[in-house]
Order: sequence, then structure tokens, then C-alpha cells
Amino acid sequence: MSNNVNDWLNDHGDYLYRFALARLKDTHQAEDAVQETMLAAIKNNSFEGDSSIRTWLTGILKHKIIDMQRKLIREQPVSDIIDLDASNESMDDFFDKTGHWLDKPQFFDMPDHALEQSQFLSVLDACMQKLPKKLKAIFMLRDVHEMENENICKELDITPTNAWVMLYRARMGLRKCLEMNWVKG
Amino acid sequence: MLTCQQASQLISQSLDHPLSWYELMQLRLHLMMCGACNRFRKQLNVLLVGLRKIRTNIENDSAIQLPLDAKTRIVEKLKSNQHSQ
Repeated sequence: MSNNVNDWLNDHGDYLYRFALARLKDTHQAEDAVQETMLAAIKNNSFEGDSSIRTWLTGILKHKIIDMQRKLIREQPVSDIIDLDASNESMDDFFDKTGHWLDKPQFFDMPDHALEQSQFLSVLDACMQKLPKKLKAIFMLRDVHEMENENICKELDITPTNAWVMLYRARMGLRKCLEMNWVKG
Repeated sequence: MLTCQQASQLISQSLDHPLSWYELMQLRLHLMMCGACNRFRKQLNVLLVGLRKIRTNIENDSAIQLPLDAKTRIVEKLKSNQHSQ
């Protein structure tokens, strides 16, 4: 048994760490997530032969990552996460009173060329880090951890309307940030 | 007739749940005539594709490895956990 776990860590530890790092963006949190995954894996060894060990471990890790994200969100006061008055103001920033775009969205696309693409992605990453905390939290749950809306609402104790308004605001802000900061060539 | 503001809201919502038949028809009609909202939809797609790409780039970067000290720590932790059981 213990041999198994050591093998798992040797064979899949690096991959699991990268998987966690890609989502948590923090080396210490990513290390913790791998550790929690391994502990859970030996505790309830529910591995069934029909999936690969890596797939199985990654499944456990996904849950651990969402758990950690939840804790981070819970540590913030709810009022800090939900701020609908402010959201209404910013939503209006993009449109005039008749619902027309104030600044029409500009065309941009992800570059194919490797160097350009990595520049584009680092702009996108920077834009995401700039989102207000509360918007970033819900945006991460939905668009990075790919959690279902229903579960997000339960988790944050918000209504579906709150959820879509916040997601809308986050996406609006992100694409505007990209538009302003991604200048080709 | 949808305004651009309403159309943009439906476009965002369509990423989270299927729109009703009526919403979908209204949105399609709007998109047939509105370049700005088409570009907005494209922007959101690029956004999501880009975020996924950032994740897969890190996942596939074999230069990034679980640090040795973390590995040692995890092995120790696993050992002590097994002894205590």
C-alpha cells in the first residue's frame, strides 16, 4: 500500500502539481493540494480499474482545489463578495441610455504565432488578476474551475440573478481589459 | 427587438445555461444585424479559449515539477498518517 502511494507520487506528483498550479496560481497552495489529494487517496482507496490512476487522482485533486477556493471565498465577508449596487453602475458604463454600446467592441483573436500568443496570454492573465476580488472569486469558480451555476449559488448563498450579473460584469471587464491592453505588433 | 445591452447579457448567460427558445430567436435576429455584438460574442469565446490555453500550457510544461522539499514533506506526512491509523 505505502509502496503504491510512493509510486503514485513519483509517477503523477509533478503532473498533479502542475494541474493545481494552473488553477490556484500559488505554489504553496498547489503543494498543499497535492498533499491533500494523496492523503485522501490512501484514506479511501476507491480506485477502480476502469480509469487510469492519473485520471482518478486528478478527480480527487479537482475537488480539493474547489474546496480550497471555497475556503478563500468564505474567509471574505459576504458583503465583500456581493455588491450588486456597484454592479449596476458599472454595467451601465458600457451602454448609453437606449442600450447601445458606448464603445463598440473591437475585433481581437488569439494569435497563432507562439511568441505573440504567449504575450497575449500574459496580458489575459494580468487582466484576470486585476478583477475585483469578489468578481474574481465567482469568475474563477465558473470559468476556471468549471463549476455549475447551481452549485456556485449554493456555495456563495446567492440567487441565480446575482450569479449571472456578477459573471456578466467579470466577463465584461475582462474583455475590455484585453481590448485596451492587447495591442498587436 | 433586443438592445445591444440585452443581447450582450443573453450572450453571457448562454455560457452558463441554455437559453429559452424565445431568447435564442431574439438573440439570433439581433446578431444577424449587429456587428458589435458579434464581436462581443467572439471576444468572450477568445477569453475562455485563452484561459483554457493558459491552464494547459502550465499542465504540459514538464519543466515545472513538484519541488523536492515538498515531495519529501508529503512522503513524511503520508508515513506518519499510516502509522497513526
